[in-house]
Amino acid sequence: MIRPTFALLLAAVSLPAQVSFDRLLHAGDSPQDWLNYSGGFLSQRYSGLSQITPDNVKNLEQKWVFQARSLEKFEATSLVADGVMYTVQAPNDIVALDAATGRIFWIYSYSPAPQARLCCGRVNRGLAILGDTLFMGTIDAHIVAVDAKNGQLLWNTPVANPEAGYAITHAPLVVKDKVIVGTAGGEYGIRGFLAAYDVHTGKEVWRFYNIPGPGEPGHETWAGDSWKHGGASVWMTGSYDPQSNLTYWGIGNPGPDWNADLRKGDNLYTDCVVALDADTGKIKWHFQFTPHDDFDYDSVQVPVLADMEWKGARRRVLLWANRNGFYYVLDRATGEFLQGKPFAKVTWATGLDEKGRPMRAANMVPTPDGKLIYPGNQGATNWYSPSYSPHTGLFYIPTWDNYYSVYKKENVEFAEGRLFTGPLPASPVPLIRPPQIVNRNEEDGYGAIRAIDPKTGDRKWEYKMTDVTDSGILTTASDVLFAGGREGYFMAMDARTGTLLWKAVVGGQVSAGPMSYSVGGKQFVAIAAGNSLFVYGLRQ
Amino acid sequence: MLCRRWIPWFSLQALMAGALCAQQGYNPADIQSGKQLYGVNCSNCHGSKGDFVSGVDLGHGTFRRASTDNELVAIMMQGILGTPMPPANLSDQQAHQIVAYLRSLAASDTSANKADLAHGKSLFESKGCLSCHRVQDHGSRVGPDLTSIGARRKPAEIERSIVDPNAEVLPENRYVRAITRDGATISGRVLNEDTYSLQIIDSREKLVSLQKADLRQFEYLKNSPMPSFRDKLSADELSDLVGYLVSLKGI
Repeated sequence: MIRPTFALLLAAVSLPAQVSFDRLLHAGDSPQDWLNYSGGFLSQRYSGLSQITPDNVKNLEQKWVFQARSLEKFEATSLVADGVMYTVQAPNDIVALDAATGRIFWIYSYSPAPQARLCCGRVNRGLAILGDTLFMGTIDAHIVAVDAKNGQLLWNTPVANPEAGYAITHAPLVVKDKVIVGTAGGEYGIRGFLAAYDVHTGKEVWRFYNIPGPGEPGHETWAGDSWKHGGASVWMTGSYDPQSNLTYWGIGNPGPDWNADLRKGDNLYTDCVVALDADTGKIKWHFQFTPHDDFDYDSVQVPVLADMEWKGARRRVLLWANRNGFYYVLDRATGEFLQGKPFAKVTWATGLDEKGRPMRAANMVPTPDGKLIYPGNQGATNWYSPSYSPHTGLFYIPTWDNYYSVYKKENVEFAEGRLFTGPLPASPVPLIRPPQIVNRNEEDGYGAIRAIDPKTGDRKWEYKMTDVTDSGILTTASDVLFAGGREGYFMAMDARTGTLLWKAVVGGQVSAGPMSYSVGGKQFVAIAAGNSLFVYGLRQ
Repeated sequence: MLCRRWIPWFSLQALMAGALCAQQGYNPADIQSGKQLYGVNCSNCHGSKGDFVSGVDLGHGTFRRASTDNELVAIMMQGILGTPMPPANLSDQQAHQIVAYLRSLAASDTSANKADLAHGKSLFESKGCLSCHRVQDHGSRVGPDLTSIGARRKPAEIERSIVDPNAEVLPENRYVRAITRDGATISGRVLNEDTYSLQIIDSREKLVSLQKADLRQFEYLKNSPMPSFRDKLSADELSDLVGYLVSLKGI
């Protein structure tokens, strides 16, 4: 005979794994959870929840705040599974909290090697989950697996050498029994790669070098030995199409950033989206947005997958607003270019040809004296998550417009582990950690949320901000759009019109994407700002 | 006339900067190497002028946590725990070269001025400058505070602001005129702005926060409220006034 308490214990032990791959595949069926970086494999950052509506969003109130014990920017998008939130306190502490109250269950603290070096902050953008295991890339280029129930380390695999400038800052992507990560370090002359690891053992299963080696197609796009330290980092999470078993990843800039003389050629696969077989890592196709990039136009944007009517037929497409100022639609099965046009001021190119290749404007390159070029170094958009709402059919882009930099070219020599960039372009808009005072003319750059019709590329509406924005965008099934900006507000607007419906002061720069979940039938919306995570819900 | 006084002044600056650096054991080659190393290793965060990080102004010798060369080198080599400042992969010599470059920037900015500073100060006080500007605890706060203007602006820029104030109005010195929904006019210098609000210091030195939704209209003034002193100062007076302002390096 089994005593009742023991029976309960056994029942708890025999519960199914917390987050099966099937749950990840059908994330849209359980909108109460948020199970990967972008809320689903299609990376639309769209929530199926609809309790918060354009009519009642004015009744949102702050439910709880988590103040991270970190001075770094809070860039992580939290995961929520079955009422438990998992987030990252920079640089690499995993925190499990009660998603309804913010009370902490446990913290796993990872101490990165002091050799870790990052161009732009000791940050982390989030986690992946499968079963009862959480996965995190670290700033010293490890990937770790941690028990989601008790915060204990399960395995720790070194991915690359941090002293050579390799790091991992993005949230991993779990596909089937593998967890995929890519290496940051595009400012340190790395040779970036994507790699998949067995979720159970941490052993590497496949590796795809983002710069082809000798004998591989695309190697000829690099002059001399420039391929060996040509950058091509990965620092944003990719997407996955279960139908084709392809995983899509945006690839970063070539190095050195602002002196392309040292690397003549198109420099594949920098500034590309690559479509890889998720089982093998073999490349199926690529599309390069900015061949032979002079401007640090990383193409690390989140690949947004959508299915839509396209010229009379249903088509599976990839939507991409690129740092280079152009918006693209690609066929995601083949990489075929379907459409592209600027979504902000662009002077480095005069347009795109019929295959989507940019037509370079004459003399628009970095020079020893400096050349003023739009968009500036941070791009017309950047890593900030866009959103696609299947309900409105609109694509929403965090945009910097009227934004320029003066690009200078100087000789640069490669030395392992040192910055390999050239002089940082000057701009009136501060780069990453802006001052708290904003006093700038509109002609020197401003931010906006732009809603465009993905079928035409035409702008449907925009919401202008005085300062630029590093915030991602969330849309919901009830047509509420959430976003923040550098000014320290978190806003809700009507996704159909751009009308401001509600705003809250979060008191610090938003450098993360909003997400939504529900617990006990109550919808919450979370946004990180400054060093803290803010969670809102409807007033009862 | 101006040129006769300015050319040797600048030459003297360069000479003194070189001499000062030479006294500290730096040579032009070190400084040049340091400039390149700075561009590659430091400017991403600190900016090309060294002033991107709040409270730190490398180009003017303003450091939060170091004063000696060795302390600066140590920070570069070891980073600063708990801050975004990472350890740099530099040799000791390279770190010292960056210090040499930073010292040369600061030295070129602090050379003596042969202008008659006392006369310049007298002009500053007698020509009405204090009715808008402030130096330490004297004058008005309505215009830009000039207590450290010599550390922030080049002599030529200061001179241009005096003779042609509209040539360049820095964004932080813009003036706004706003009309509220009930018809009141408020004007002042803009201190901060976001999508929804403006923070200004008004003509009575009052700190005012305006919600844009409460305004019927607001506009930035295209021109500076400051009059030109082009025809109100002789060349020597202008030079002395500029010299005095250049000497204002802060507290």
